[in-house]
Amino acid sequence: MTPLVFIALAVAGGLGAAARMVLDGAIKSRASGPWATMGINVSGSLALGILTGSAGEQILPEAWHLVIGTGFLGGYTTFSTASFETIRLIQERQWASGLVSGLGTLALATAAAGLGLWIGGLV
Amino acid sequence: MSSTLNTTPVHLRLPYLCLVVGGGTIGTAAREGLTLAFPPAGGIPYATFAINVSGAFLLGLLLDALVRMGPDDGLRRRIRVMVGTGFMGGFTTYSALAVTTAGLLGEGGVGISIAYGLGTVLIGGAATGAGITTATVLHGRSRARSARQNPDATLNGGAR
Repeated sequence: MTPLVFIALAVAGGLGAAARMVLDGAIKSRASGPWATMGINVSGSLALGILTGSAGEQILPEAWHLVIGTGFLGGYTTFSTASFETIRLIQERQWASGLVSGLGTLALATAAAGLGLWIGGLV
Repeated sequence: MSSTLNTTPVHLRLPYLCLVVGGGTIGTAAREGLTLAFPPAGGIPYATFAINVSGAFLLGLLLDALVRMGPDDGLRRRIRVMVGTGFMGGFTTYSALAVTTAGLLGEGGVGISIAYGLGTVLIGGAATGAGITTATVLHGRSRARSARQNPDATLNGGAR
């Protein structure tokens, strides 16, 4: 990886984090609960699945895969906030919401990534 | 501009967006640097696992410590946005976790797929809890110390 690609990848991660904050704030102003982080992580997993699935097709140069996939989508999605929100819900004894936030996100994000890998393979 | 009269939500204010971009850029660089230094072994990205679990611990520690220090404003809010939302958010990642879990599942490694996905979520959750507990213990110690040094202040409801 060239230094330029590494820098572009890192800045794309910063922009992904900003996109996450804007979307998270917009969703949380309308609905409380773990839905905002779930929606972000599931949509980002779908997008990375499509990108990864189409990797062999040479539609985009490798550098762009790294900048968009590892950079932007890596910064857009987050594990630490998902884990924090899950533990907070469990501490507040909101068992159902905690289960949805923890295991539901994993199941939906993995399904979305699998769907994305399949779609990407078709492109 | 940044007075209490500003009614624009935090997530739409340019200074906070700049903080999150800065923190997210550094966090993403740290993630990619570690991923390059410790490449996947046997198809399993151990670096991503370690990054997600350590990031979960550190975010639990940070957010609980900030809440105990006072209301979410001023420097505390700037640290939360830059280090919590930006750095920790960019450092940890869910999309790579999901694509790895789905990929392992597709390759027929059902056991290893579940171990990787569920293992990250469960150990990450335990790490978050440990981070929150660490912040609670450290806060209790610093309160006890300030109470010894300045007993009157604590009696009046806080050492500030």
